[in-house]
Amino acid sequence: MQLRFFVPITAFAVLAAALAFGLTLNPREIPSALIGQTIPDFELTALKGRERGFGSADLRQGDVVLVNVFASWCRPCRQEHPLFMDLAQTGDIKIYGINYKDDPDAAAQWLATFGDPYRRVGADLDGRSSINWGVYGVPETFVVDGSGQILYKRVSVVTPKVMREEILPVIERARLAGQEVSR
Amino acid sequence: MTVLRRRLDVAALILLAAFFVAAPISAQFVEERLADPAQEARAYALHKQLRCLVCQNQSIVDSNADLARDLRIIVRERVGAGDSDVQVLDYMVARYGDWVLMKPPFKITTALLWLGPGLIFLLTAGGVFIAFRRGRGSAAANTPLSSEESARLDELLKDASSGGR
Repeated sequence: MQLRFFVPITAFAVLAAALAFGLTLNPREIPSALIGQTIPDFELTALKGRERGFGSADLRQGDVVLVNVFASWCRPCRQEHPLFMDLAQTGDIKIYGINYKDDPDAAAQWLATFGDPYRRVGADLDGRSSINWGVYGVPETFVVDGSGQILYKRVSVVTPKVMREEILPVIERARLAGQEVSR
Repeated sequence: MTVLRRRLDVAALILLAAFFVAAPISAQFVEERLADPAQEARAYALHKQLRCLVCQNQSIVDSNADLARDLRIIVRERVGAGDSDVQVLDYMVARYGDWVLMKPPFKITTALLWLGPGLIFLLTAGGVFIAFRRGRGSAAANTPLSSEESARLDELLKDASSGGR
């Protein structure tokens, strides 16, 4: 008698709990296959009016850095841009840019208008390098350690909260780990 | 007059046929195909197995997203360069993870996904089977009525047959 009620009620409770948990997940966020992997080899040409482009060699310099994929046609990119400007102002963390499938004039104009936080920017005109990075929509932001390993990826806008609670701690931890290795 | 009408009929038929012929062609996006039809067929089969990352519930065949188009082109390039089907899919999985496959691979992490429905079916079928057996074999069904019970039953049946309310 007791078991007859216990079994279906428990089964229902487990199912309800699993579905409730499922509702809190974001189906738009695809886990990156590249976390823990080394960055792909790439060499991007310079943006209009600049001398240097951006390539994989720039990222294996021993520093933990940010790589931001952006485009002038991407509205959310404007939203996160001031955060990168602030970060660049402190000079604490190097930020690199991949300009995804953009019009060269529009990209140059965009950086002239909103400011340029990037140490180097490469123009990914056909989007192929970004595909090698596993990018599926701009903006995306990666944390890469000094050996060129991808530690973290953010899809969509970097909000102040994401910067404070996710990106900066990842960088901090990677720096501490790096110091221990070099000692 | 009848000749004109017949001509109109033929014209209407041709127009109608044109709709049916044109519809399947317009459903695919205009892109450069591989010259070899066998390779193009392989590329198409691969396209159907790859999920569009932007629109998520479509394969890259069905999606007109920019990225889906780029991925279709890459698949064609790989097939044209002589990659096997597995190599092409591995190329995509290396960049976008298992997620990019319309049909998730069978692994420890996906075992529940694949076996879950069968498991739930077996559990339910087992439960129903046990419940039925218990119901049929239960003491209540097999013991004869006590004298009090048959007296009560007779009374009820009498009421019913005399139309008593």
